[in-house]
Amino acid sequence: MPNMSPKMNEMPTLPPEVRSKCFSEVALGYTEEAALDEAARCLHCKNAPCVTGCPVNIRIPDFIARLRERDFSGAYDIIADSSSLPAVCGRVCPQETQCESKCVRGIKGDAVGIGRLERFVADRHNADPAKSAPHMEKNGHRVAVVGSGPSGLTCAGDLARLGYEVTVFEALHTAGGVLVYGIPEFRLPKSIVRGEIENLVALGVKFETDMVIGKVLSIDDLLDDGFEAVFIGTGAGLPKFMNIPGESCNGVYSANEFLTRVNLMGAFRDDADTPVMRARRVAVVGGGNVAMDAARSALRLGAEEVSIVYRRGEDELPARREEVEHAKEEGIVFRLLTSPTEILGDEKRAVRAIKCIKMELGEPDASGRRRPIPVEGSDFELPVDCVIMALGTSPNPLIKDTTEGLETERRGGIVTDEVGKTSREAVYAGGDAVTGAATVILAMGAGKTAARAIDEYIKNK
Amino acid sequence: MYTVVYKRALNPTVTEMKVSAPLVAKRAEPGQFIILRVDEDGERIPLTVADYDREAGTVTIIFQTVGATTMKLAAKNVGDQIADFVGPLGRPTETEGLSSVAVIGGGVGCAIAYPVAKKLHTLGAAVHTVVGFRTRELVILEDEFRAVSDTFCLMSDDGTAGERGLVTDALRRALDSGEHFDEVIAIGPLPMMKFVCKLTKEYNVKTVVSMNPIMIDGTGMCGCCRLTVGGEMKFACVDGPDFDGHLVDFDEAMSRAAMYREFESRARDRACNLLRAEVK
Repeated sequence: MPNMSPKMNEMPTLPPEVRSKCFSEVALGYTEEAALDEAARCLHCKNAPCVTGCPVNIRIPDFIARLRERDFSGAYDIIADSSSLPAVCGRVCPQETQCESKCVRGIKGDAVGIGRLERFVADRHNADPAKSAPHMEKNGHRVAVVGSGPSGLTCAGDLARLGYEVTVFEALHTAGGVLVYGIPEFRLPKSIVRGEIENLVALGVKFETDMVIGKVLSIDDLLDDGFEAVFIGTGAGLPKFMNIPGESCNGVYSANEFLTRVNLMGAFRDDADTPVMRARRVAVVGGGNVAMDAARSALRLGAEEVSIVYRRGEDELPARREEVEHAKEEGIVFRLLTSPTEILGDEKRAVRAIKCIKMELGEPDASGRRRPIPVEGSDFELPVDCVIMALGTSPNPLIKDTTEGLETERRGGIVTDEVGKTSREAVYAGGDAVTGAATVILAMGAGKTAARAIDEYIKNK
Repeated sequence: MYTVVYKRALNPTVTEMKVSAPLVAKRAEPGQFIILRVDEDGERIPLTVADYDREAGTVTIIFQTVGATTMKLAAKNVGDQIADFVGPLGRPTETEGLSSVAVIGGGVGCAIAYPVAKKLHTLGAAVHTVVGFRTRELVILEDEFRAVSDTFCLMSDDGTAGERGLVTDALRRALDSGEHFDEVIAIGPLPMMKFVCKLTKEYNVKTVVSMNPIMIDGTGMCGCCRLTVGGEMKFACVDGPDFDGHLVDFDEAMSRAAMYREFESRARDRACNLLRAEVK
């Protein structure tokens, strides 16, 4: 008999007053008991609508069935068939708008906690010292993957499972891309990312760090070197600024810089070699997940007041609901319908305040959201000593500039067909490098599709 | 890991080091830089390529011990390894089509000015070098510069090496004497570059400066190295590090360079204590 409770099992979290002072993971994961109870809520619908909501089509009812039978490794194998990064996705996927939004149980009550179950299964697997890597027959074909973020890791994992010899080239000194430089420890512990990468290494994937493709080697160098195909998953790494006066003041960060210092370089530790400003009052400009990550990180570094400054209203916040709730619980102040017009510096060019104007919502714009319009005469100054710009990012031009014949669109995204093929033979691309900044799971979906296309291409050569 | 294959002290605080990094050596050009991390958990710092040997697969860096990272780096010996050495990054200095160039180097900036002078000399340009140091003890690369320069002028603040005075004094004299330069290339401390640019603006001589702001990734990702050039925001790591000096906002660059000064001195003291403990 299924568990007919309309409520999803709660996932325990660290209390706000504890977590807002440290970088420990906020969400603690299900106990075995809670996982089994939640698994029993799945009705195992024949048509499995949840699967259609998953960008990588994980066979959700099947893994939940195994889980219910306490066959944890069987459940993991089913997820791993479709996803190279289960422990990551179980944490950062917006399940509420994907698989869980299609769940029949969601019609009357809460959807099944699919993401939480995925996380449980993955963590259980990664904690098992006896876990074994499947032995892969190598097929003798070599593929290069550029970038070790979600799309690159997925593409690499899928190709390795098909027998390809895959080398992943990473520009930074640590593999993981946005999973290590962008998403903070308290939302995605770096040990989890390392675990997922170790799983890929066990599959035979090689990682080469310090390799800025486009500078150290070009795409053509890789092809000349015997790689039969290249996948470009270099993400969208270029930060945006507002082009308002004062953005070069000391104390103004791009979210990329701030998060990279804190996450990748470990600047939150007292003995770190890399500095980050310990600000008292922080304004984070933007309303997406990255803005929430930056605001919550600033709070954990000891700020007394952290504000989200966002030009539209609460309903328009692009961040996941859960992230907004967590941020509010921790005491982040939401200054909505507010847009910065200038950053004011002191005599040493250090930030002393951010000048803002109030906004009101007008008619819907091209994005379908109501357009914010400045309210005349509503200017005010918010005293802060640090401003973090979380306004989105765009693709890095390093590869475009050094790869002849690689078509890109106006905003810098690489042009591909629906399976990720670019204008260059044997060169595929996916993730934020193609779409501009989006989510981890969409990038993974693109990596997966491209892996299939690369396999077809090499087989038919 | 990248192995240190050669090391010598150029003066009491400046070290020359060759590092085995064949892929970097293969592509490096004067004006470009590398980013290194001395050890795990270390900070990423940019250093301009001072020289390279494509055959031997080595890249030369010259650095002054100023903070914790350079102190740890200076403690590495031949055979030791450093964790990361990424490059070549940034755009090379443009040297094509120049027939007469004044190369101005200040202090440890001479380490970056030298490969540019050498390249220009190899290309057949007349190289007029002016280098400046605080005092005799700090002079570096004098013989190397002389070997690639048509004229060479050594300045020191206290008159213990070459002439007493600033690099701008020597440059002004050359300009006043009617010397023609297609371009002035100035590399050194920010105030020096600022005043060289102020001078050459008076004489309307194009001036290129090499900017060395605080960086993290070096690939355009963080925006930490942003500068205002001609009223526009530029990233030194991908748009530079060379810029038209007449357009650079030096005062802003100077204040941004000072952002972490307090932290840096604390980190230096800590590294100092650690190194002392190791020696004991």
